[in-house]
Formats: sequence, structure tokens, C-alpha cells
Amino acid sequence: MSEETQNYKELLLGPIFLNNPIGLQILGICSALAVTSSLSVALVMSIALTSVTAFSNLLVSIVRNQIPNSIRIIVQMTIIASLVIVVDQILQAYAFETSKKLSVFVGLIITNCIVMGRAEAFAMKNGPISSFMDGIGNGLGYSIVLILVGTIRELFGSGTLLGFEILPLITNGGWYVSNGLLLLPPSSFFIIGFLIWVLREWKTEQVEETEYKLAPNSRAQEV
Amino acid sequence: MAKKETVSQTLIVAFVLCIVCAVIVSSAAVILKPKQEANKELERKINVLAAAGMMEKGADVDQLFSRFTAKVVDLDSGAYLDVDPSTIDSRKEAKNPALSTALSKKDDLAKINRRANRAIVYILEKDQEIDTIVLPIHGYGLWSTLYGFLALEGDLNTVAGLGFYSHTETPGLGGEIDNPRWKAQWPGKKLYNQSGDLAIQVTKGKNNPELADSIHKIDGLSGATLTTRGVDNLVHYWLSEGGYGPFLAQLNKGG
Repeated sequence: MSEETQNYKELLLGPIFLNNPIGLQILGICSALAVTSSLSVALVMSIALTSVTAFSNLLVSIVRNQIPNSIRIIVQMTIIASLVIVVDQILQAYAFETSKKLSVFVGLIITNCIVMGRAEAFAMKNGPISSFMDGIGNGLGYSIVLILVGTIRELFGSGTLLGFEILPLITNGGWYVSNGLLLLPPSSFFIIGFLIWVLREWKTEQVEETEYKLAPNSRAQEV
Repeated sequence: MAKKETVSQTLIVAFVLCIVCAVIVSSAAVILKPKQEANKELERKINVLAAAGMMEKGADVDQLFSRFTAKVVDLDSGAYLDVDPSTIDSRKEAKNPALSTALSKKDDLAKINRRANRAIVYILEKDQEIDTIVLPIHGYGLWSTLYGFLALEGDLNTVAGLGFYSHTETPGLGGEIDNPRWKAQWPGKKLYNQSGDLAIQVTKGKNNPELADSIHKIDGLSGATLTTRGVDNLVHYWLSEGGYGPFLAQLNKGG
């Protein structure tokens, strides 16, 4: 039993730093670029993605022994798509303001590689409870990156956090000149790049082997 | 193991899955529909009130909004139509060729391609006279169509407020059209100059408030030239002959 608990803990916490879906697997980058300009939106997106990943893993895992191989991807897609629509409907009913800001990105959870990737790579081969844990774990891994990026972008881009003013902007009579780049999607590329660098400095086993070797420098010769 | 790869098993799995998912999705949509509709309705009311400058935190939206009367206006003639406003979806009508008018390039200042033939306006009356009138407006900014409301005071010349409720302009740049400090410039501005011409203008950069015509001028947002030009264009369009011109003229005559 304790071995199983240990196993669940690993499934749940592993993807946060050791096997982060964004940091190591480089999955789900597109939505990480799009919805991180403010922290509140990033939080809702994190919750939405975590619940979709968890439940799609759970459901796929429950029916995994019935799914014929020839249509397995489309079965996974249908399950994921249904869950995403349900999540979208719930957001529209209970978090209307945020759902407007997330607009199309909730729908695009369907195409988020993390959800699909975990369903195919993990849930098709493991039991429902482990799959559920794995889904939550990967959702958390995604969330932590989104929250970090969202915090940096909102704090230094708009001077606020969750809408509360932290650094008073010059345009509002304060002293802080906001960094406009951080409000644009490309800035998340830089931030995520830095995060991956920091992560790999810390957990050096994540560094990939180089696929090439620098040739020794040679002098240009006159022919 | 071999059994699950048969054709019949494949069909059964596909069929059952479709049924189950369809039931889940449609029941979620049906169950949550009233809540979503209520959200949209509440949002529309808040937007109208915000444009008119009447929205305060914690205010009773329904009670404030009940002072407004919604009326349907035929934009070509400027006359009121006897139609229940709640049956009209202006955004849908703008796309329906039977209920909208195509705009020529020259007339299409706001870049909206088609304009619905009728619009819902919100009127707040005090002692039988118009106190505030809120007009829905929209037009293209830099990335997206801006949807909003323009509120006028009873003289139909003084702006009571302007607000956009839907757009996807860049946050921090064009998105600053939502900034309360920018919007605060609008109330009190006059639409028409003394000779009766439309003079309201969003300028590039700051205006000198001491000049006589600054009463018609709004400072553009730095870093958002195209968005503010879009706002300028759409305000001009909706106040012109093609927009609410005929309607405003009728109101002026009538009152």
C-alpha cells in the first residue's frame, strides 16, 4: 500500500519540476503564450486545463480496454472535446468575465498537446486512479509555468497583480514605466526560455545531449 | 484482445461513445443556458449604465436599468419602430442581407461592411424629456471590431460617456481604451460646433485645453494610434447620415 502511495505522490508531484510538460516536454506552449498577460486569466486557464487533463485521463483509462486500436485517437479526441465543451459552458455560466477574456483558448484546450499526450502516453496503459493522478500532476506542472509567466507579465507589464495595483504606473500618476513588450505574446517566449534554462541549470539531468559537435576552429587559407 | 479489434466492436464503441458524449454535452448546454443568458443580459445592462456614467460598484443594476426604456429605431428613416427590443439581435441582423444594408467603401468609415437596418437605443426620460440616450456603436480598431455604447445628454450634443464592452485590442496599448482615465475625457465634450457641423475628434497626442475647440477634442492614446483612429472613425460614422443622423435629427425636431 505504501508503495502505491509513493507511486501516486510521484505521479502527482513529478511533472511539477522533474518532468514538467512545458519545461521538459515542451508541450502546450501556444496557450502559455496567449493567456498569460494577466494572472487571473492564467489561473482560470490552469484550473480548466488541469480538470480537463485529469478527467480525460480518468475516462480514457476506464474505457481503455474497450477501445479498438484503429479508432483510439478519435475516441480520445471525442472524450477530450466533450469535456472541454462542458468546461467552457461552466465558465460561461459561472465565470463570465474571465471566459470572455479566455475566449477561444478554452476551446483550444482540445488541441493542447498535454491533454492528448497524456491520454495517449499514460492513460491508455495505466489504471484509472494513476491516470487521474497523472492528469492532475501534469495539469499542475502546466499551471506552475503559467502562473509564473502570468505573474511576471502582469506585474512588470501592467504594474498590477490580479488587478490590484502593485507598481503605480506613470500613466496613472505613479513612477513605474510599464514594459509594453511583456503585454505582447512574444515576451512569454523569452520568459519560458529563461524558466527552462533555470530549470535545467538546477536539474542538470534534463539537459539534452547536443546533437552536434563544434568542429575545431580552422583558419581561412589562401588557395 | 483480438475481439476488440473487430469491425463490429469498432462500430459499437464509436456509436456508444458518440451517444454518451452527445448526451453529456447537450445536457450541460441546456442546464447552464438560463444562467448564461442571465449573465449576458446583466452584462448588457451594465454596459449601458457604464456608458451613461451611472454604474457604481455594488449598485442594483436591475433597478438602475429599469429607468431606461429600450426602443427600436429604423436607422434609415430615424423613426421608432413598434417592435419588442428583446426579440432583436443586432449583431445577427447586421449579417443578414434582408435586414441590413451593404455600405460602399466611401461610406464605410467604421469598416463594418454591413449595417443593420434597425438598432436598439436606450432612453432615460425625466419629466417627459430625454435626459440621457445611449446608442450602440461599433467599428474596426486595429485588430478587432470594437463594440460599445455612446451616451448623449438630453441636448443631443453633449457626450455623457463612451465605453466599449467587446474588443481584442492589444492590452496596454489599444486596450487602454478601457482605461477609466481615458474614458473620463469624453463626458462633457460637445459633438457639434457652433455652425452645427460634427466636430468631435480624437486627435493624435495631447490637446491644449485652453484652446476654444478643445471642447470637441479627445486626446489620442500614445502607442495606440490606429485604435484611437478607429474610435474616431466609428464615432463619426455612427453620428453621420449613415448612422444615427436621421434619428438624432428627428429627435431634435420633435423635442
